[in-house]
Amino acid sequence: MMSGSFWAMGGYARYVWPCFGFSFVVLVWNLWAARRLRAAAHLRARRAAEMATMAAVDGS
Amino acid sequence: MSVGAVAAFNLLVRRELCLSFRRPDQLLQPLVFFLIVTTLFPLGLSPQLSLLRDMAPGVLWVAALLSSLLSLDGLFKSDADDGTLEQLALCGQGLTLIVVAKTFAHWLVSGAALVLVSPVVGTALGIPVDAFPIMMLSLGLGTLTLSWLGAIGAGLTVGLKRGNVLLSLIVLPLAMPLLIFGASATDRAISGTNAAGALYFLAALCVFTCTLAPFAATTALRITLE
Amino acid sequence: MWTWFYKLASPPYVYGVAAALVPWFLGGAALALGYGLIAGLAIAPPDYQQGQAFRMIYVHVPSALLSLTVYTVMAAASAVALIWRIKVGHAVAAAAAPIGASFTILALVTGSLWGRPMWGTYWAWDPRLTSELILLFLYVGVMSLRSAFEDPSRGDRAAALLATVGVVNVPIVHFSVVWWNSLHQGATIVKLGAPSMPGSMLWPLLSMWLGFMLFFAAVLCIRLQGEVLNRERQSTWVREAVKP
Repeated sequence: MMSGSFWAMGGYARYVWPCFGFSFVVLVWNLWAARRLRAAAHLRARRAAEMATMAAVDGS
Repeated sequence: MSVGAVAAFNLLVRRELCLSFRRPDQLLQPLVFFLIVTTLFPLGLSPQLSLLRDMAPGVLWVAALLSSLLSLDGLFKSDADDGTLEQLALCGQGLTLIVVAKTFAHWLVSGAALVLVSPVVGTALGIPVDAFPIMMLSLGLGTLTLSWLGAIGAGLTVGLKRGNVLLSLIVLPLAMPLLIFGASATDRAISGTNAAGALYFLAALCVFTCTLAPFAATTALRITLE
Repeated sequence: MWTWFYKLASPPYVYGVAAALVPWFLGGAALALGYGLIAGLAIAPPDYQQGQAFRMIYVHVPSALLSLTVYTVMAAASAVALIWRIKVGHAVAAAAAPIGASFTILALVTGSLWGRPMWGTYWAWDPRLTSELILLFLYVGVMSLRSAFEDPSRGDRAAALLATVGVVNVPIVHFSVVWWNSLHQGATIVKLGAPSMPGSMLWPLLSMWLGFMLFFAAVLCIRLQGEVLNRERQSTWVREAVKP
């Protein structure tokens, strides 16, 4: 099914495949960067919560 | 004693002009920059007037854009730094009037000055004399629009250190349609074809910007100053 | 009737909704993109004029449409945040900006790769390409302005104003092929009247567009969770939400 002519894309392979390849990279980057942002935010929020509870404990 | 809006506007413009003329070197710097940048192109590309004439509209406009950007940084900065801007905002005339007066005064000493100097630069770039009226009209409309776009950018960046680079980054993309139509009008004037279409577009951009930008610039100042 | 609108102004509500929607958006995106790619690459017939090269449409057009849509979303969220002082709007705008910028870069790159075999050049200073490039500069400007302020709330508001002002570029990009003589092809889908493309080529394209939109929604929700957490770090609901 995925014969040689499919990969050759009528001679335009060196434009078509990098095109789709770069699209894949951009989509993956978006997902990865978003997850990283959320994880970092989560971590910072957790640290802030811990500092708040420690401050509350020290204060009492 | 309450001052009417028009009188307040006149007072403010006169104050701005007074302050500007007190430092004549600061007044001349953008003009000199304009001349220097225009000189760079013949040096870097080609000294032949026939070739320069083709590039002249673009070179003229890019130089005008860049030298306007230089002077825009100071539009609100000195008044914001010493607290005068806040005092003016509290004086009851409304921040928008102050912004309009300051921007208009700024255009008088930068944009209008550029328009007056442009025949000199035009001759240096090989622009024929009969193209000068349209060139100056398009530059006049363009620099006015640019002063307003710059007012928005200046309002947004007034408190920042190294704000002037960010100011350029903000203003230049907004100014690109202006560049396209302004250069097109001058280009048509040079080649003798009818420049009316491009001039109408420039005028439309100018009107659009002059009516909406004051509110955007005022909002920008309120955001950065409060 | 407007309660759903007011609920959306509440950060914990938005955080919860975003978290719940992510798997649905991702799943839908996978299906739409999967169908679109298979049908677009293997099933749709080659174009009469462009041959197999036309298949680049299946990533170029969706990314270009998304670059405009995301800017509009960002500008709308910014305007809502500025006018009604709804802080969540700033979080949405901040979350959308990098996604939109990446789609703009994707549109420019895929367009460039498509332009080389079709027009003979990787780049042309034509109205559509130039205004799309300006769109990229606007995205970068908004992101730079937001991060230039030490006070994040001030940065949010300044960036919001710039995003709102810059939205004039969106219709310019879309109508540039109508207003000026452009090398770029005219509109085939987003216009009044029937699309000017045969069904076998059109359906995969619509599916790719839908897939990109759903993917944007998914990534936006993930980023939005992060942005909301960053902005609401000190509040009690966050402390409850991040308890291990």
